[in-house]
Amino acid sequence: MTDLIERPVSTSDGDNVDHGTETSHHHDHHGPTGIMKWLTSTDHKVIGLSYTVTSLIMMIIGGAFAEIIRAQLVSPTSNLVSFSQYNELFTMHGSVMIYLFVGPFAFAGLANYLIPIQIGAPDMAFPRLNAFSYWLYLTGSITMLSGFLVGGGAANFGWVGYAPLSSAANSPGTGADLWICALLLTGFSAIFSGVNLVATIFYLRAPGMTLFRMPIFTWNMLVTGILILLAFPVLTAGLIMLYCDRHFGTHIYTVQGGGVPLLWQHIFWFWGHPEVYILALPFFGIVTEIFPVFSKKPVFGYRGMVFATLTIAALSLGVWAHHMFTTGAVLLPFFSIMSLLIAVPTGIKMFNWIGTMWGGKVHYSTAMLMSMGFLFTFLIGGITGIFLASPPLDFFTHDTYYVVAHFHSVVMALVMGALAGIYFWAPKMTGHMMHEGIGKIQFWFLFIGTQLFTFPLYLVGLHGMPRRMANYPINPSWQTLNEWGSVGAILIGISMVLFLVNVIYSWKKPVVAGDNPWDGHTLEWFTTSPPPSHNFLSLPPIHSERPTWDYNHPDHLAIEHNHKKQAKKSAKASAASDAS
Amino acid sequence: MEETLSQLESAQESVADRSPRTKKRALALAIAAPLLLGGCELPSFGAFHGVTKTANSTFKLWQGFNVTAIVVGGITLLAMIWAIFAYRAKDKTSIPKQTQYHIPLELTYTIIPIFIVIGLFAATVVVENQVVDEPAPNATINVTAFQWGWKFTYPGHKAVVVGQTTQSPIMVMPENKNVLINLRSTDVIHGFYVPEFNFSRYAQPGLLNTFTFNANKTGMFDAQCTQLCGLYHTLMYFRVNVVSQAKFDAWLRAKDASTTQQEVIDANSAIALENNAGVAVNPTKSNGDGAN
Amino acid sequence: MKFEGTVLTLLGVFYGLMGAVYWIWSKDDTGGVMLVGALALGLLPGLYLLWWYRRSGKRLRTEDRQDATIEEGAGVISSFPDSSIWPFVFAMGCFMGVLALVFGTWFAFPAIALGVMAMAGFTAESRRGGDI
Ligand code: HEM
Ligand SMILES: [Cu+2]
Ligand SMILES: [Cu+2]
Repeated sequence: MTDLIERPVSTSDGDNVDHGTETSHHHDHHGPTGIMKWLTSTDHKVIGLSYTVTSLIMMIIGGAFAEIIRAQLVSPTSNLVSFSQYNELFTMHGSVMIYLFVGPFAFAGLANYLIPIQIGAPDMAFPRLNAFSYWLYLTGSITMLSGFLVGGGAANFGWVGYAPLSSAANSPGTGADLWICALLLTGFSAIFSGVNLVATIFYLRAPGMTLFRMPIFTWNMLVTGILILLAFPVLTAGLIMLYCDRHFGTHIYTVQGGGVPLLWQHIFWFWGHPEVYILALPFFGIVTEIFPVFSKKPVFGYRGMVFATLTIAALSLGVWAHHMFTTGAVLLPFFSIMSLLIAVPTGIKMFNWIGTMWGGKVHYSTAMLMSMGFLFTFLIGGITGIFLASPPLDFFTHDTYYVVAHFHSVVMALVMGALAGIYFWAPKMTGHMMHEGIGKIQFWFLFIGTQLFTFPLYLVGLHGMPRRMANYPINPSWQTLNEWGSVGAILIGISMVLFLVNVIYSWKKPVVAGDNPWDGHTLEWFTTSPPPSHNFLSLPPIHSERPTWDYNHPDHLAIEHNHKKQAKKSAKASAASDAS
Repeated sequence: MEETLSQLESAQESVADRSPRTKKRALALAIAAPLLLGGCELPSFGAFHGVTKTANSTFKLWQGFNVTAIVVGGITLLAMIWAIFAYRAKDKTSIPKQTQYHIPLELTYTIIPIFIVIGLFAATVVVENQVVDEPAPNATINVTAFQWGWKFTYPGHKAVVVGQTTQSPIMVMPENKNVLINLRSTDVIHGFYVPEFNFSRYAQPGLLNTFTFNANKTGMFDAQCTQLCGLYHTLMYFRVNVVSQAKFDAWLRAKDASTTQQEVIDANSAIALENNAGVAVNPTKSNGDGAN
Repeated sequence: MKFEGTVLTLLGVFYGLMGAVYWIWSKDDTGGVMLVGALALGLLPGLYLLWWYRRSGKRLRTEDRQDATIEEGAGVISSFPDSSIWPFVFAMGCFMGVLALVFGTWFAFPAIALGVMAMAGFTAESRRGGDI
């Protein structure tokens, strides 16, 4: 059952509204329906939604673990959970959040849905591979969570699985094997997503959609895809070696038998640091779509933004051992300067986001509030990251709550980015608006909760509280700080409940969104909500990274938006002809 | 604040042309000195001032980073707040000027951060070289981490201090002396962390780690394992007792004369003994708490 | 093609340079080898794309041209599958495969069966729809 897909036609002059809706779909679906549709679909939109929904469920599961952890830490001697349960909980919290939520949500959920539409393509380059990659992800998630069902419990050596704690002798349980195998499945799933992203962006762009006219979200996904292809194979190889150590009697990571435990850390972080950018870049992309739309301006410094993203990709492979400063066995100055340098392109992005709002007309929609929340929270996370890039400072903050606070500032910023993306694109995906009022209340809970949660953790870390502790010394100031952290966590939890309320409310009381509710800039706002099968019946001319905006506002083209004067002229000319 | 910033920047110039080792030392001092002086009146920004020589330098570096962060982050934050509030749309439809580039501005916020970063790196290198430096030791302690406790031995002496979990063994060391630590692990990775020394280092199987402390304050300091090492990681405490050289010598002599080879030190630690996980805390009483 | 190839090649070259500096300075083989691997992973597709660009007579595709119009792209893009059960079946095979790694070899039988089925299904499917 394959279809030959033709290019969409160009939009004729004057046809301003309702593009697409008037014609019925070319090939109405002969495919299966119901659950079989879900099982067999190779449509990037169905797969993208499956990914999004699955990863959000993972976020809720991982979030539930986090709430238990925070409840345990309210008191220094709490015995809500036992030591071994506590170790399982934080291991699974980290693993679920990093491997099963943030990554898949970003590079396979929203990206799957949006990339083909943003570049004017009918689908991803390899639809069946795409479906395969979703099923690997789903089975991988089930594999990981099933650790709780087996005797001996889930994996309990931390989401980083450091050798030799993860060896058969030190962690004999089945849960550990399930963890390894889950990562094999999700690892391959990520690799296939990466292949698909890069191939789609390289080969399926619409005429005129040159690389430097791609929306920044698409750019970031391209770079994410490249980083996935560079990093994930290393992790997968490392995991296979770990499995061999555990079951086939090899001694790759064990001292007995001539192995080197440190090798695991090198391999893990050679994947792990690019991974943090694999996680972050998609969310940078999301907010870079949202700031311009709600400031009614083009993104400020488009080319600088692309340059910054590529620089991050280049540098991010040279910083892995900043997670290993305290091993005493890595080249400190090299990793220090590389990590510090990565702050420069990150800063460029920061200033470009601010520059986008500067001089604009800023609308406070929920998506925009979430993006602003992202901006502030990421500023904190980015700055504290710079401290950690200095070995002497890392020496006394490493493995304390300071580091926990650093990356929670960053990842909570990413969660805000994720929600910004949902509020922004849900109308496109479902055809219905999310409720803005509930959304804004949710934002304030999330934003205040995040700061209340991270700030005390920075302090308690500086006071010397190590991470991954089920109990802690009886010390009034530590306890107070931990209590505040838990209050923050509760607010975050409430905000997630509000999110679910909003989803249900908007589903029960649908408000039709229309094709372009936000006056969007990019191609997804040109097609219907939700888009027809294979996405477009017609396309506008593409002369900048904002084809839909240029089409709707021919008198407000970006000032100096092309490299070549020639192209600028032609853009003006054709925009003028569109308007006539 | 600006003073410290310019010091950081000048640090960058001086480090660039370092050649022989002594010259490097001198330069390092020249850079560190104003940092140290300038840092005195600054707040602690939440960190420990430190009770070893290198901990003090690390603390100054921490202050320097904080000042820079507050200046840079503050400017960014102000710009952010301004952009958010000053340009709030008053109506739904008006469209602002479609500015997309401002090359000089963009170059500015690319180049200035590069210089700041180089400055921070220079300061980092100076302090880092102090921290990892290994001067000739006056005393040596072998530290062995194991699941879930610590063992401290003193080469050339009979003293052995061993303790598990809440027993919180005590590492005795002399004040104002270079104490060389040889850190090892017998099983998994552990983290040797003394908060008030502003320092931590992994204890790793198959890998010897060495570093030097020169404590400048006597007293008992809490410490514990920071790297997840299995079930009772939470309880892997120890303490460091910094005493005068005379007391240290006396303690070593007493140990040499004593017939018990091994001393287990019960810490009366603040940790609840009846632990939820049913830790078999062994309340072995010992004869005192180190050298006091 | 040209720009795509250039981006990947340059990234690869950067990793190579960084790797050289790192390897010489640190004498750490693990990181050195991984960075050289990254060099290869950049050059492999990068140079391939550049080679392809050259082979196709340095012609720019419509999506690489600033002045291309939507009409120029008219015609068939490619053939896209509509729905297929085989990705699901194949993934179930892989799932059974990892369960075999955890719980015991007997899981390998359904794993192999599902894998073979999916493979056959994929092949038959592309033959049926493969008129491009
Ligand atoms: C300005 C950019 C950043 C710098 C310089 C930086 C630096 C660092 C450093 C040096 C560490 C290691 C700290 C330690 O373990 O002692 C660290 C930890 C971490 N960072 Fe960042 N970071 C930055 C941005 C990010 C981003 C964007 C993310 C996530 C998307 C992130 C996520 C993490 C995570 C998850 C850890 C903890 C890993 C663990 O479990 O040990 N960081 N960061
Ligand atoms: Cu990192
Ligand atoms: Cu430990």
